[in-house]
Amino acid sequence: MADYQIPDDLLYTQEDEWVRHEGDAILIGVTDFAQSQLGDIVFVELPEVGASTEAGAPFGTIESVKAVSDLFAPLTGEVLEVNEALEEQPELVNEACYGDGWLIKLRATDGDEFDGLLDADAYRASVSDRDQ
Amino acid sequence: MTDELRRTALHATHQGLGARLVPFAGYEMPVQYSSIKEEHEAVRERAGLFDVSHMGQIQLRGKRALAAAEELVTCEVSTLAIGQARYGLLLDESGGCIDDVMLTRVGEDEVFFCVNASNVDAAHGWIREHAGASVKVENRSRSTSLLALQGPAARGILDGLCSADTPLPRRFRVANCEIAGLPVLASGTGYTGSPGYELYVENKDAVALWEALVEAGQPMGLRPAGLGARDTLRLEAALPLYGHELDRDTTPFEAGLDRFVKPLDRGFIGAAALSARADEPDPKRLVGFEMVGRGIARADYEILIEGEPVGHVTSGAPSPTLGKSIGLGYVPRSKSAAGQRLDVRIRTKDVEAVVVETPFLP
Repeated sequence: MADYQIPDDLLYTQEDEWVRHEGDAILIGVTDFAQSQLGDIVFVELPEVGASTEAGAPFGTIESVKAVSDLFAPLTGEVLEVNEALEEQPELVNEACYGDGWLIKLRATDGDEFDGLLDADAYRASVSDRDQ
Repeated sequence: MTDELRRTALHATHQGLGARLVPFAGYEMPVQYSSIKEEHEAVRERAGLFDVSHMGQIQLRGKRALAAAEELVTCEVSTLAIGQARYGLLLDESGGCIDDVMLTRVGEDEVFFCVNASNVDAAHGWIREHAGASVKVENRSRSTSLLALQGPAARGILDGLCSADTPLPRRFRVANCEIAGLPVLASGTGYTGSPGYELYVENKDAVALWEALVEAGQPMGLRPAGLGARDTLRLEAALPLYGHELDRDTTPFEAGLDRFVKPLDRGFIGAAALSARADEPDPKRLVGFEMVGRGIARADYEILIEGEPVGHVTSGAPSPTLGKSIGLGYVPRSKSAAGQRLDVRIRTKDVEAVVVETPFLP
């Protein structure tokens, strides 16, 4: 299996997103495995600030040269901020998926949903199962 | 029950390079090695090496071979010199495209069609059916490997490997060359919009040729390049892809390929239908467009003018060379002039685009 970065201090989803606490808010992005599978990111479509997200439902799209993929919300909540740098520099998702390539900042409204997220070990196992 | 995917002679080479392999036209083919953008840029600035062995070669031999080809294809065949290649279309009786082909005359009474991988069986069947009993029609696809070396550095790389006794051909010509000590039919053709060569070899020599090219090309920045880059390159050059810009419901004229169609009174298959369709009031017409608003147009997205759906996108992608999103699509001929504003429906939004002259690159 190739060496994918999977930081231990984050939570993850089966749809290859990561979740990080930032004070009262939640920061969300796609994982190193995701950006590697997608290839060169050329376009990211994010929701408006103030929009609602629903756990498991699409909240935007991420496009590589050849394909369009949905982004699935890990948690239900309200969008506080979106990463506007991605408009001019979508490649930040490839270059720094856990840092400058973050996607949205959310106010999560259902604390129970965190139980459904994967820790780093569980996500590592999920990637290992799927990585050919 | 799925059929097993076929592999080219270079399969192990691609695996060794860490290529991402995908099913394409019944073959397992490399879509990219490192990054589509990097491979695309390599071709534009230096050189890229493609394995396109999945494509088909249908050979015609015999006294009537040229005459048979003349009836089958839209381009002029009788004026083809030995060693000359021409682009044309195989049409059915309704004037619709069965395939787009490169026809090459390799002998007095010998031509071959290079056909799309997805159409090998259809093209072979059609040619065999219409060539007449006295013409030997042979499908050489499985025994032939094809490498494409494309980019401004291609010539320099080959010069170093090509025997002085067998000089490289010029554009749209072919020659039997000794390259890295191997017998190669070199063709001054390509599908990228950059200068380069397509190199036909026996399967048993494919790996040796690939490795020789990689070694010679290394100091010149040669990169292996996959089908992903092949698609973005040909899109920038506004070259059609069968199944997208061309299909059975599309005539060469609708696809803007008028200059590859000889006079209709020559009586080739489909000519009568094209004549009959000449006075259709506002047929569809292929255009190139650039996105003005934010978004990427993709195949099958709807095209609208002033809120009315008028056509659809056939191909679209971000252009690495131009730094903007481009596409090809069909609109009514009355709306096909450069400068025409369009909207492309991208999921829930109508995003502005404009018709531009093609090819997209200068």
